[in-house]
Amino acid sequence: MSVSFTTGDEDEISTSEHERGKNRGKRNSNDKEKKKKGNGRRKASREREGEEDLQDRTEKREKGKKRRAKNDLDEKQPEEEDEEQVKVKNGKVAKSKKNLKNETTRKIEQEKKEEGDAEEGKSKKKKKKEEKDRGKQTEKEEEKKKKHKKETSEEDNEEEEEDEEEKEVRPESLSPEELEKLKEAVDEKKKLIQGLRGKPWPMKKKLVTLRESQEFVEKYEGALGKGKGRKLYAYKVMMTKKWMKFQRDFENFKTACIPWEMKIKEIESHFGSSVASYFIFLRWMYGINMILFGLTFGLVMVPEALMGRPYGSIPRKTVPRAEEGSAMDFAVLWDFGGYAQYSVLFYGYYNNQRSIGWLKFRMPLSYFLVGVGTVAYSYMVVIRTMARNANESGVGDDNSFNFSWKMFTSWDYLIGNPETADNKFASITTSFKEAILEEQESRKDDNIHLTRFLRVLANFLVLCCLAGSGYLIYFVVRRSQKFALDGLENHTWWERNEVNMVMSLLGMFCPMLFDVISALENYHPRVALQWQLGRIFALFLGNLYTFIIALMDEINLKREEEKVVKFNITMWEASLYNGTVSENSTASPITIHPADIPRGPCWETMVGQEFVRLIISDTMTTYITLLIGDFLRAVLVRFLNYCWCWDLEAGFPSYSEFDVSGNVLGLIFNQGMIWMGAFYAPCLPALNVLRLHVSMYLQCWAVMCCNVPQERVFKASGSNNFYMAMLLVILFLSTLPAIYTIVSIPPSFDCGPFSGKSRMFDVIQETLESDFPAWFSKVFIMVLFYIQTKIQIAFIQLAIYYLQSTSKSYKEANVELKKKLQTVTLSELHVVWILLLTFEINLCFEIRALVF
Amino acid sequence: MGTTASQLGKDLLSEYQELTFLTKQEILLAHKRFTELLTKDERDGANSRLPMDRILTLPELKSNPFRERICHVFSTSPQKDGSLTFEDFLDLLSAFSDSATLEIKSHYAFRIFDFDDDGTLDGSDLEKLVNCLTGETDETRLSPEEMRQLISNILEESDIDKDGTVNLSEFQHVISRSPDFVSSFKIVL
Repeated sequence: MSVSFTTGDEDEISTSEHERGKNRGKRNSNDKEKKKKGNGRRKASREREGEEDLQDRTEKREKGKKRRAKNDLDEKQPEEEDEEQVKVKNGKVAKSKKNLKNETTRKIEQEKKEEGDAEEGKSKKKKKKEEKDRGKQTEKEEEKKKKHKKETSEEDNEEEEEDEEEKEVRPESLSPEELEKLKEAVDEKKKLIQGLRGKPWPMKKKLVTLRESQEFVEKYEGALGKGKGRKLYAYKVMMTKKWMKFQRDFENFKTACIPWEMKIKEIESHFGSSVASYFIFLRWMYGINMILFGLTFGLVMVPEALMGRPYGSIPRKTVPRAEEGSAMDFAVLWDFGGYAQYSVLFYGYYNNQRSIGWLKFRMPLSYFLVGVGTVAYSYMVVIRTMARNANESGVGDDNSFNFSWKMFTSWDYLIGNPETADNKFASITTSFKEAILEEQESRKDDNIHLTRFLRVLANFLVLCCLAGSGYLIYFVVRRSQKFALDGLENHTWWERNEVNMVMSLLGMFCPMLFDVISALENYHPRVALQWQLGRIFALFLGNLYTFIIALMDEINLKREEEKVVKFNITMWEASLYNGTVSENSTASPITIHPADIPRGPCWETMVGQEFVRLIISDTMTTYITLLIGDFLRAVLVRFLNYCWCWDLEAGFPSYSEFDVSGNVLGLIFNQGMIWMGAFYAPCLPALNVLRLHVSMYLQCWAVMCCNVPQERVFKASGSNNFYMAMLLVILFLSTLPAIYTIVSIPPSFDCGPFSGKSRMFDVIQETLESDFPAWFSKVFIMVLFYIQTKIQIAFIQLAIYYLQSTSKSYKEANVELKKKLQTVTLSELHVVWILLLTFEINLCFEIRALVF
Repeated sequence: MGTTASQLGKDLLSEYQELTFLTKQEILLAHKRFTELLTKDERDGANSRLPMDRILTLPELKSNPFRERICHVFSTSPQKDGSLTFEDFLDLLSAFSDSATLEIKSHYAFRIFDFDDDGTLDGSDLEKLVNCLTGETDETRLSPEEMRQLISNILEESDIDKDGTVNLSEFQHVISRSPDFVSSFKIVL
């Protein structure tokens, strides 16, 4: 704001000199007039203030004149200019102050001269109105243009002086237009109060302005509105005040509720914003998982545990006879077998009873909706955060200010640690030097062939690694199936946990391998980091999908088994029935303990168990690597350094750095597994909350006690949205298999909330048929049918939302800056528009299809 | 905490909340930290000034190369000695807070970088800025040739009206496009 003021002023100064002469004359006469008026008319109490104000202004003007004269003589006097800048601001405040004083004088005068009002005649009122109108106009113009500041303010002053000459009328007798004006003025003051914190003024000035504006608002708010409307208005005003206060308190409360603020702050000051960004991401993830946990815990696990049939009442809720002996062993429980398997933690425990307890809680429906809601909520949150980030970070991929950004924005003000600061100095220097070198010689291309060859080789090696790890996982999963068929008891611990261990180990060592390979490529560190991230991403994704494919095989195996079991059960029942019938003809009810009843393999629980095991082993590896790789290393380096032949701290092993990108990727994939498995194991979000909670403390501690600040201090920069985009991809990829299994594989016949149905989503139809009137289900099915065909539209809508918010930020950038970006925005808007158009066309088709 | 809250006064506290980007907790914390730095007899005075050298003992500012500039910019002291009152201190924290707008951040950033307070960033300002950023040691300093190259590059990029200096609007234009200015121009107590 004030910037443009200054520049505008300067322009004026340099361009139009004779105009200024005119102004000067005007000003002189004005001042005299004002002094006269001030001395003559005002009441004692007002007089002092008013005069001060006036004198103040006069002084300023005199100074201004002198300054201008000087400026005319020689060119820019630095200090003076600065002063001027301040002055312009002062002028603004003074003006608002003055405005206010005018109003307040009026008010007081008003009160004193109540009687004289009537005769004051309408002519004056009219005149005043006109002038006020003019004043308003000029004010608005000034706000828009800002260049003619001096003249308009001069006019303003004149007019306000004239305003003062007139006697005020009471608010009750004001015409509606004037009331409107007053209202506007009050609103303006309110706006001023709201925008005050965004003004670069010293606190004192802000305080004074705030108090005066508030006084003004309070004085005039009551006067607004007439008769009945008045009360309502006062009420409204009071409510808005209360609401504002509430909002502020709520805001305070919210910030007080944000956990780990101090921890993160401490890390920020030691390691800069990039390491802290990981912890902020971790905290964000924790929040999401808390909500997912609340959903599954409150709507699925607790109702089933409290109101569902108790343990041991039916086969699916009982440990089978064969496993009873070992069901309480720690090794079995650690594998989530035994009693853990037959509990609310897993899908198989839930009964297909339509409603449970005295609340008539619809368990299967709730289970299904929570599953869907989890995914929907996650999508919403991720996309909303992405859109907000995109708005905040603005349009940052412009490369035209490379040097200036390095210069003006490279210091991370959060750094409070001297060591980090030294690293930062060094990294800034090298970045300057690099940039200069790059600028000087665009690129050496003497050994371009060698570089190319090395890069191709590196990529080939990486691909080999990826393929190898994929095959390894597939091989191991198949082998474990063989073991499972043999019976787990005959195998060693390693053979039982092979799959998870192999996956964790691959996730640990492959990135290191990639790091070594990337040394071949000789990329710029930032580019190298991106490649590294991409490769790790591919590795994790490949591993996860191999795992899922192997799991699918296993599901199919289980379903084959299930068919056999189902057949056997009918045989068994028939024989049982026949047997009892033959023994005693008086058919007494057969009582068999539920543990003895044969049952199917329940593939859903198996899937859930696999995921839980995966999460557990992943967590364990993370913690153990942390302890060995960071803590033990730090301890060894620290204490062996006293009796070693070279400097361990500065030399080879040294302390470890915190690997932000690797950790973020780990977190993202962990979340992907949660999303994938949560439907079959409702305990997963709870486990994840626990894991994240422990991670927060453990990693905070590890970072503070055994890591050193990074040598190259990267900033958090726009990478936040990069992580978010990865999270979105993972979310999409992890919901795909889950949706596939839900939609296309029939649920097990004797376990889980959907047993006995041909598909899991049949539960919706069932609810519709039995719980709602017929017309409702018809309408709903129509809508559902409509939506089903519209899934792609939903995605387009999400895309539109995202594009819209980005285009908004583009627009803002446009308004604030030049018209350089306009074409981009237009094209962006164009895309949105086209999408909308296709959407509409699609809609038409659909409607037509429905009609015919 | 209770004592500081009573010292600040409820009205003043809510006014400060209105006028800064800080929350109640942050203001109270700031007040606590500020009074900790004051000596015994200074604490009684309502508007006592904290001299610059004592402010710079705050760990948040200690390793910042612009610490003295920051104090000078936010100081309202008539002697221009960089001393801060509590209100100046709040202004500082508000401008560096998480929720402050880009506009106000860039405004103060400009004034911090404007070493000679003349309202524009000229060659000597930029040179001092580079020296601040590269640290005090000789090994990290740029050679005169590099310095010249760097400054000419910067002026080429951001000096839109080609008057040889970067003024505030040009500066804000450049800054507003930067992806990480807002996230790094932060000081949190």
